[in-house]
This record gives sequence, C-alpha cells and structure tokens, in this order.
Amino acid sequence: MRRNQLSIVHMKVNGMPVEVEAGSNILAAAKKVNVNIPTLCYHPDLPAWAACGLCVVKQENSPKLLRACATPVQENLSIITHDAELYQIRKTVLELILSSHPSTCLTCGRNGTCELQRFAAEFGIREQPYEVRLVDLPKDTSTTSIVLDPSKCIKCGRCVQVCQNMQGVYALEFIGRGDQTVISPAASLPLNDSPCIKCGQCSAHCPVGAIFEKDETQSFVKAVSDPDKHVVVQVAPAVRVALGEAFNLPAGTITTNKIYSALRRLGADKVFDTNFSADLTIMEEGTELVRRLTTGSGAIPQITSCCPAWTDYMEKYYPDMIPNFSTAKSPMMMQGAVTKTYYAEKAQIDPAKIYSVAIMPCTAKKFEKSRDDNMRSSGFADVDLVLTTREFARLIKASGIDFLEIEGEEADSPIGMYAGAGTIFGNTGGVMEAAIRTAYHLITGEELPNVNVEAVRGMEGVRSGEVDIKGTKVKVAIAHGMANVATILEEIREARVMGKEPPYQFIEVMACRGGCVAGGGQPYSTTDDIRNKRIAGLYSDDERSTYRCSHQNPEIIQIYDEFLGEPLSEKAHHLLHTTYQERKIYKH
Amino acid sequence: MAFRNYILVCGGTACESSKAGAIYDALVAECRAQGVSQDVQVVKTGCFGFCEQGPIVKVLPEDSFYVQVKPEDAKEIVSEHIVKGREVRRLLYDKDSSKKHAKVEDIKFYQKQFRIVLRNCGFIDPENIDEYIAREGYVALEKTLFDMTPDDVINELKIAGLRGRGGAGFPTWMKWNFTKQVEADEKYIVCNADEGDPGAYMDRSTLEGDPHSVLEAMTIAGHTVGARQGFIYIRAEYPLAIHRLEVAMKQSREYGLLGKNILGSGFDFDIEIRLGAGAFVCGEETALLASIEGRRGMPVPRPPFPAVRGLWGKPTVINNVETWANIPVIILKGGPWFERIGTPDSHGTKVFALTGKIRNSGLVEVPMGTTLREIIYDVGGGIAHDKEFKAVQTGGPSGGVITKDYLDTPIDFGSLTKLGSMMGSGGMIVMDEDDCIVDVAKFYLNFTVDESCGKCAPCRIGGRSLANILDKITKGNGTLEDLDKMEEIGGAMKKASLCALGQTAPNPILSTVYYFKDEYLAHIVEKRCPAGKCKSLITYSINTEKCIGCTACARKCPVQAITGERRAPHTIDPALCIKCGICLETCKFGAVEVR
Amino acid sequence: MAKMTLEELRKLRDTKKNEIKKRDLSGRDTQIVIGMGTCGIAAGGKIVLDAFLSELELRKIDNVIVTQTGCMGLCYVEPTVEVIAPDMPPVIYGKVDASVVKRIIDEHVVGKQMVSDHVFDRPSADIIKDGGKR
Repeated sequence: MRRNQLSIVHMKVNGMPVEVEAGSNILAAAKKVNVNIPTLCYHPDLPAWAACGLCVVKQENSPKLLRACATPVQENLSIITHDAELYQIRKTVLELILSSHPSTCLTCGRNGTCELQRFAAEFGIREQPYEVRLVDLPKDTSTTSIVLDPSKCIKCGRCVQVCQNMQGVYALEFIGRGDQTVISPAASLPLNDSPCIKCGQCSAHCPVGAIFEKDETQSFVKAVSDPDKHVVVQVAPAVRVALGEAFNLPAGTITTNKIYSALRRLGADKVFDTNFSADLTIMEEGTELVRRLTTGSGAIPQITSCCPAWTDYMEKYYPDMIPNFSTAKSPMMMQGAVTKTYYAEKAQIDPAKIYSVAIMPCTAKKFEKSRDDNMRSSGFADVDLVLTTREFARLIKASGIDFLEIEGEEADSPIGMYAGAGTIFGNTGGVMEAAIRTAYHLITGEELPNVNVEAVRGMEGVRSGEVDIKGTKVKVAIAHGMANVATILEEIREARVMGKEPPYQFIEVMACRGGCVAGGGQPYSTTDDIRNKRIAGLYSDDERSTYRCSHQNPEIIQIYDEFLGEPLSEKAHHLLHTTYQERKIYKH
Repeated sequence: MAFRNYILVCGGTACESSKAGAIYDALVAECRAQGVSQDVQVVKTGCFGFCEQGPIVKVLPEDSFYVQVKPEDAKEIVSEHIVKGREVRRLLYDKDSSKKHAKVEDIKFYQKQFRIVLRNCGFIDPENIDEYIAREGYVALEKTLFDMTPDDVINELKIAGLRGRGGAGFPTWMKWNFTKQVEADEKYIVCNADEGDPGAYMDRSTLEGDPHSVLEAMTIAGHTVGARQGFIYIRAEYPLAIHRLEVAMKQSREYGLLGKNILGSGFDFDIEIRLGAGAFVCGEETALLASIEGRRGMPVPRPPFPAVRGLWGKPTVINNVETWANIPVIILKGGPWFERIGTPDSHGTKVFALTGKIRNSGLVEVPMGTTLREIIYDVGGGIAHDKEFKAVQTGGPSGGVITKDYLDTPIDFGSLTKLGSMMGSGGMIVMDEDDCIVDVAKFYLNFTVDESCGKCAPCRIGGRSLANILDKITKGNGTLEDLDKMEEIGGAMKKASLCALGQTAPNPILSTVYYFKDEYLAHIVEKRCPAGKCKSLITYSINTEKCIGCTACARKCPVQAITGERRAPHTIDPALCIKCGICLETCKFGAVEVR
Repeated sequence: MAKMTLEELRKLRDTKKNEIKKRDLSGRDTQIVIGMGTCGIAAGGKIVLDAFLSELELRKIDNVIVTQTGCMGLCYVEPTVEVIAPDMPPVIYGKVDASVVKRIIDEHVVGKQMVSDHVFDRPSADIIKDGGKR
C-alpha cells in the first residue's frame, strides 16, 4: 500500500475553518468541528456507497447537494451541514425509509442498537405520512449462524460491500431492481447453499435488524435449568476485551474475571477458558510446523486453521491448499474434545451429561461445531452450544446481573489456565506470535529472549517478514480480512506453477479484519479505532500473564503428562486434529 | 442534387388533356431562352391527384404548387421563380380554401430540418464502407492523425461549442480535455448507445444508418486523449444496430482504419462492443461503466468523474451516439461552421424522435433554436385527426411537459430546463385533448420506478411512494394533501437522489402539477377525469334518444353489460361494465357517451 | 482489401465519389434505395427489397441498382424508398408495398412519371454535398 502523503486541506464547515487530511470525506471534516452528519449506509470500514441519501450537505453557491460520505474534501470548500431545508430533506428521506421498514422495534434483535431507530427518535418522527409497503419475503434461516430478514432490510448495501470487498466471499448481492431490490445470494438461493462462510461480518455491519446472529440464548437457559446436565463453559480470547462495550465500558477493557463470575451466576457448573486450548493448539500446531520444516513431513507453507470461516473459504475457493492446512483443530473444538474426555474422566462425570458451551466472538463458530464428524471426537458433540458475545451480553442483562459491579472470579481447573500466548489468539498476528514463541523453544530447546515479536504485529491487511530462530530463517505471512488472503495464496500458487520455492513457510489467516476481536459476533459499531483498542487489551492481558508461552502453561504440561502423552500423539491426533475436503462454492 | 431547381409538370391523363404537354414544352423553351437550362430540369411526372385544379406545375425545392397553369404562364414562372427566386403568387394554390380536397400531402418534413448527425442516414448503404468514404468519410480522421495536434482538435470542439447530446449538455471539449490531461498508462473511449427513453430511437437509427461516423469519431477521440481502446455499450435489443456496427468494424479493420498503425500513422486503436441488458439506469455513465466492467449497473457518486477515473479506474471519455456523430463533421467543416448553427446557449442541431398524437411522426433533426411550434406543426404536420394540441413532453421520463403557451420557445438546453422540462436525449411526445395529464405523469413515473436500480433510498422508495399517490388520484381516492406530499417527496428526490434518474424522476409530476393543476383538482375534488382516460372515474352510458336498438354494441360487449330489446334503446349496467370502450367504437350513431 | 495507407484511402475516396456523381454504378443509371433501419424492416422493408429484386428480374430490367440505407426519418410512412433515376428528381416514396413496387417500376423507372400518391418527400438537403448552406 502506498502511503498517502499527509497533505492538509483547508475548508469550512458551517462557517468554521477546518484543517483536514487530504483524501478524507466531508463527514470526517465535519467531525473535526464536532458536527455529526446523519448516515445509514456509510461505515468507516467501507468505501462510501452513497445510498441512503441522509448525509446530503450544501456547498456554498451551488444548487446541487453533495453526499458528505462520498465527497472528498477540497481546498477552500465551504459546506453547510445543517439548515431548515436539509433538515426537511433528511426527514422526508427518513420517512420514506420508514415507509418501507416494519415498525416492529419491540420484537427486533436490534431494539436499542438500531441506527434507523436512533434517527427516527432524533428527528422526532411521530407518524407515518407515506403509505407503508413492506417486502413480503420469509426469513432465511438456512445457516446455523446467521438469519437474513429481508423485510427489515433498508438496502444500505453495507453487507454486500463487506461480503464482497472486505471478505471476498460474494455470497450476498443485490437481486432485482427498483423497489423490488432484495439482498440475497445469487439466484435467490438460501444462504447455506451460497458461498457464505458464516463469518457474520454482514451482521456486524448491518445498521438495522435485517441480518443477525441466530439467537440461541434460550438453549443456554434451558440447559442450566436441567438438573441432569453438567454445563461447562469456555470463553474465547476476544470476548474478554469487547464484552464490556455492551455495558458502556471502554473498548479493550479486560473483563475476564467478571465473565467467569457472571457465568457461574448464570448457572454454569464449570467455567473454563478457550485460551487454555489456544495454548494446546500451539503445542500441536507448533510441533506440526517444526516437523514440516525439519523432516519434510508435510506441505510447506503451513497455514493456520483456527478460524472456521477461513477454513470454509479455503475449502470452497482454495481447495488446492488443503495439504498446507494445519490439521490442528481450532481451540474451541480442542477445548470441547478435552472437556468431554480428559475433564470428564478426571471429574468422573458421564460425558453424555456434559453440556459444552462456548462463548465466542464469532458466528462461524456456530457452524463449526457441527461441520463434520471430526467435531464429535469425544463420541458426543464436542461443543453443544455456541453463543456470540452479543448473545452473551443479552443473557447477562436478562438475568439481572450487574456486570459492572460484580466481583471477578477465577476459572476452574484443569483446563482453565492460560499463558499470554493463548490470549493473543484473538487478534491478527497473535497466533503467529504465539507459535513463534513455542517453535523457538521446540527447535532450540531454549526460551525466546524477547517474547514480544513486534515484527508480526500491526493492522496492515497483508504482512510478511522473516523470523530468525537462532539462525533458522522462517518466512512468515499474515492476512486478515478474508479478501486479503488472495494476495498471499496467489503468490504460493504462482511459485508452485513455476516450480519455485514457496515464498513463505508459515501463514496465519483470520477471516475478520483485526482478527477475532472484530469477529462477526462482537458488539456493534466496530471500527479500526475500536479494533486497535481491543487488540491493545489483549496484548496487555498477555503482558500481565505469569506465563507468556504456551509450553510454559502448567495445565498444558499436566494434560500431556496425564492424558495426551505428547503433541501429535495418536490420542492427540484423534481428539485434536481434523481433516478437510473440497466443497462446492454453490451447493447445487 | 445536380440541379438547382426541378419543375415538375403533371403528366396525368387529366392534365395532359388540358395542355400539360404544351406547358412542358413552353417551360423547356423558356428555360433555354432565359439561360437557366443548366440549373433547371423540367420533368413530366405522374398525376398529382389534384386534377380539378389542373394543369399543375410544382417547383422544387421550394415546393411551390401552381394550379391551373397555362402555357403562357411559363415565361413568368421561369423569370420570377427560377431566376429571381420569387413565387408567382397568382398561380399559387390557396390551401386553406379547399384543404380537404388536397390529395398530395403538403409535407414539409425535411424543409425545416438540418441534418448533421443524420447526414448519411438515408443516403448511404451502412454496410458498405466505400459509400461512407465517398461522402468525406474518414477525412476528419486523416486530419486529426496527420494535420492537427490533439490540442487543435480540442480547440476545434471548444470553438464549435458542442455539448453532450445525452441529456445533461456538458461541453464535450472539457470532457476530452480532462481525460487528455490526466497521466495514465491506459485510457478508454466509450460510446453510450444505451438509449432507453420510452419512444426514443435516435441513437438506434444513427447507428443503423451511419455506423462509421461513430467509429471514426471514437478513433479521433482516442488519438486526441491518448486512448487505445474503445467500447460501444449498446443494448441487446438493438440487433440490427449491433450487426451494422460489427460489419462496419470489420470493414474498418480490413481497411486499416481500426487496429494497429492506423493509416500508417503509428496510432493503434480498436473498439469492442459490449451488450447491455436494457436497464435504463445503465444510460447513466457511472452505471454504464460498472456494467461494462461486469458489475451490477448501479451509479456511483461523482466526483471523481469518469473523465478522470472511469473504466477500471482509468480516465475515460464517454459520449453518447449523437454527440459522437457530430464530431467528424465539426473536424471536417471546422468549429466556426458549427458554432454558427443554433443559439448562443446551444450550438448545432438536435435529433428528436417525434411521436405521439402527431401527423408525421418520425426522426427529425433541427437546428437548436427551432421552436416547438415549427417542429410540431411544420415538420410534424400538426396534430393527428385535427385534435386540439394539449402539451408536448420532452426529455423522456426525466423531462416535463410544455404547454401551448410556450410553443414558440426556441428550444435549446437552457430554455427547456427553464420551462421545467429538459432536452434529454431527444424523445418528443405530443399529446392531444384526449390525453389525461395525470395518466401521462403516471406512465412516466411508473417507468422510472421500474427502471430505478434500487440503490439509493430517495429514488427507490420515493418513486414508489409517488406512484402510489398518483394511482390513488387516478382511482378517485386522492386528497388535496396528496398534492403537498407529492411536492415533498419530489423535492427530496430531486435533491437527495444519487443519480440523474432519481433526481429527475419527479419532473413529469412536478411539471404537470404546475401546468395542469386544474386537471389534478378535477380528479381529486370532483372525482372526474376531463380527458375520459382514468377508468375508475368514467362511466359509459347510452343516450336513449340516439340509440336505435341495432344491438351491435350488446353483441360486442365482452361482459354482457348491455341489454335491450331489438329496435328499442339499450342500457349499460354500470356494475358490470369494465369500461373497455368497445361499445363506443362499435356504435355508428354516437349513442354511447362517456362521462 | 489490405490495410490502406493515407494515399490509398484518398484515391479510393476520389474513385467512389466519381462513381456516385455519375450515378453510374457498374453501368446502371437508376438507383433504388430502401430504408432498412429497424423501423423500415419492421414495416416491411425486407419484403419491399425482395419485391424490387424479383420484379426487376422478372422484367429483365438491368439498369437499376437496388441498395439499402438506414432510417430516412419518415417513420409514419415506412417502408420508404428513394428512387434516383435519370431525368427525374430524386424522390422518396412512402407506404410502399409489393403493389407499389410494381407501380414504381412501371411508372417511375420505365414510364418516367412519378407515382404521386406515394410521394412523401424529396430527399433532405445534404450538408456534405451542399456545404451546409442554410
């Protein structure tokens, strides 16, 4: 990426002089003087789509209105953002949008977080002046992760842009035209038959309740009230630095211990942590990498497999990379497997009675838990229920738990302790960094002198570099935001065709920009600013950890001693590894 | 034409018997005597069908129609008309006195026209490049390749003052200049042939009749701005135009007028055809470019303009067919020649597809500044079936209506916009007293509602809301408040829609409400459709005094709503009547009435 | 024809111009031009073209060349046909059908008399030839 030279543009917003970076839009310029211009379609993650028409502003001495989202700032530009005429136009546009949107706010998943609802309130809309015409199409509940409700869609286009541009998936598209336009997969197929990878970024960007996570909070409530069920919960790394936002805490606030205690109040019998199995993943995947590098036992580069959306994408779009995939399961699935085997044995509980719940930042995890028979390695469903961070927040609120005030508690043993390496699984570059810390140990027998591997940190969509493991150079690459993976994989394909050495040896991929911290199940309104704060939260969680490397985690050492033997042992293979298969991009 | 004048002498039997032969001889002799026989050809023609006034002599090109001519009149016809150019008034036929007898159509279809764009349409075989070349074809390209610099070309366009004929009227030279000035590894030339206005077919006819003029112009543009590739975006519903373009491109490539090293100049340029699926919005340039790129045809905000960042992000000159067809003539005859045609605001000509309740519907090209009256009454021959003129709609679904009071407005880009309409691409639909203005507005609005891409909320939802309100009004359920709502929605659409489709979609409504408020009020307050068009507001009945009981209407009625004894007055049951109007057409006695 | 140089193009143009000026296309002095835009074809232009060709062949008339052109603009009287014959003014006939074709050949081409009830206009002024005099 070419870095823009930061030249400054001087302009006026409502008569106030503003200095703003060239290349930014009028929305940003207005923000500099504390003026908010309403918009329903613009999102800082995405290029301006200019669909909703709310952000129109006036340019001095010009009869034509400009769209603040799509108009770049210019020297000497003078903009009026609010006056009586603009108010009236915006109100009319808003009323028009409301005339095509059901007024069922009370029963909507976005009640209270809906952007349209907020503007309707701010503009004081009290009646429906125009004839209401709603889209009469059924909800698409075909996937296990995401529900599309076309009747609520306002066609802002964010989901389509996210799906196509950020994620490169092309599951969603505008179908039909005019007021017959709907957003759906091609040929109006059910989402589950489409290329959808269930990443849920569409649901995280939807301003209204038209795309949302499949809500399964009731299953949790039922499970904890069933005396025959032993409810065991794991919590993913990224949840702990984002959940607080649902309770008005700043992004990045670490709430791990409050989460543990909230879960116990909610009725969980045992509270473990996915971070533990993130450490376990590093043991397996790191060992696998070292073997591939030193014995030539597998394809190079090795590519991480802990992101289920990415795995689905690979199986659909890059099946030729299957040999390169780490066979290690994701931390969530490893945790589920050892919960119903190791923990069950140790606690002498019938695994059939264990109800394994995962709190995840991710909608794809709802799909992952039943993707194939490898997800039943314990003989039962290794994970029974996945709740996203958003569902979890609702559950806490509905249960009357004062999240801000409750005392924090510790996780249960023996699969609840984690090293810093496990917690940074939640952000881009984190799996790579965790793997390097342990691979160094595995290769050299020594500890990495400085565990902060700054070289692999950052927010660029594609990063690559070289890691020096005492003279052994390992070429690594990182991609996040699904569309970015193409750059790296095409390089690999090209090298393969040309018969050249692969350009990388280890690659980390996460489907969502920033990694799991900005997963499709995380609290709304995620921007790069929020991503960075959540990531900073995880790194500080890492830094304050007693152990920084996965192989140092005492409970990890214990599980290998007591149960698994060693990484890549037969038992480990059975419980902690999986297989992949080519899938059609469209099911039929 | 080789001769300045033609004198046509009727050689029909009737005229022949009344000394037409002698008149012919006299005219030939007079021409020789007065020294004009080189300029004039005297021809015997077939019967003019106007024998009661014979013998008849017609002089072209003035179209003077002399009646009851005697051999001794020949001298005066030659000396006055041919030599001095003055009509011999005493011999002229007085058209008004006996109009209904006139069998020869008194048509001035071409007389007020000035055909620049259509210069070759109807002259050449469009599938034969030689005919185009023979008519100064590719001379302009020669000039631009060998005699002119790119700046000269742009300057010529600037002097000519050519404005885009697609609708908005943006100066063509500026577009080209923007693209020329941007540095880029690749630039593109695009021809917008996605003609979509209802009733408009100017571009189709131009491409069918003269495809090379567009190819030549695009090549000139390519050389001027530094592009090597052009695209013609044309709707798939135009198979003949596509075929003719393909033939023309093949011939041009064979002749080396397209492809590598054109005419040995070292300049490479080629053109590809891209077919559109016929979405109206793809006439909007950014949507068109998206469609060429293989994406869904939806507009994106400008700036950046395509001239700077267009096809695949590269600078792109995009003009419509009519604009392109002007270019070779401007280069050939020079900017000043073009600049003199038209009005100060708009130079050159404009092609219109003249349709509706007009006697001579057709494709016409007139200089800018021609009045609507001249187009409708002179070129178009007036309103069909001697009905009353009501309004003319220009600019298609983006335009508005213009009423009788403004018929003498000289048309150009500015004047039409001032009247609440617009030039548009050139659709011109004439309406008479039988047309309901609310119905007309509804027709156009339904068109834009169907053709809206659905991207931006004001257009997508606003258009539908307006259509709903109009539907209510035509069904007799409108309220006065609806008029305010329409203005509110229309205003928001004009200001907040993303592209011209949505911004102009309310025009047909806003302009009809402005000029024909009474007619809207009749629908809303009196629940009456003055033109008798809105089915919900009219009733059919039989005037018992006129009805003779022939039973013709009852037999034709598809729903058996008409009853009555033979030879006794019939009646229509309003509960059964579906208002199809068949009885009205059937009745020979004018007994069926519509109220 | 191979790719042309500038000189070749100019030569070709001059040759073709002369041919057209003489109205002598391969020894044939009469030209019948049929409007074959979409509008003309839809109104029966192809039938008219076929009628001319078969009628001329039937009568063994060989001084006539039949060509096509685009829309002449007179949409209300399609199909339209322009006839350019020696000693006759060029004229556009409208509403032409097979029977009118026979009359055009009989009366105009052979008899040198115009088929007046189908005359709809004379061709428009030509900016290319007349230099755009207005």
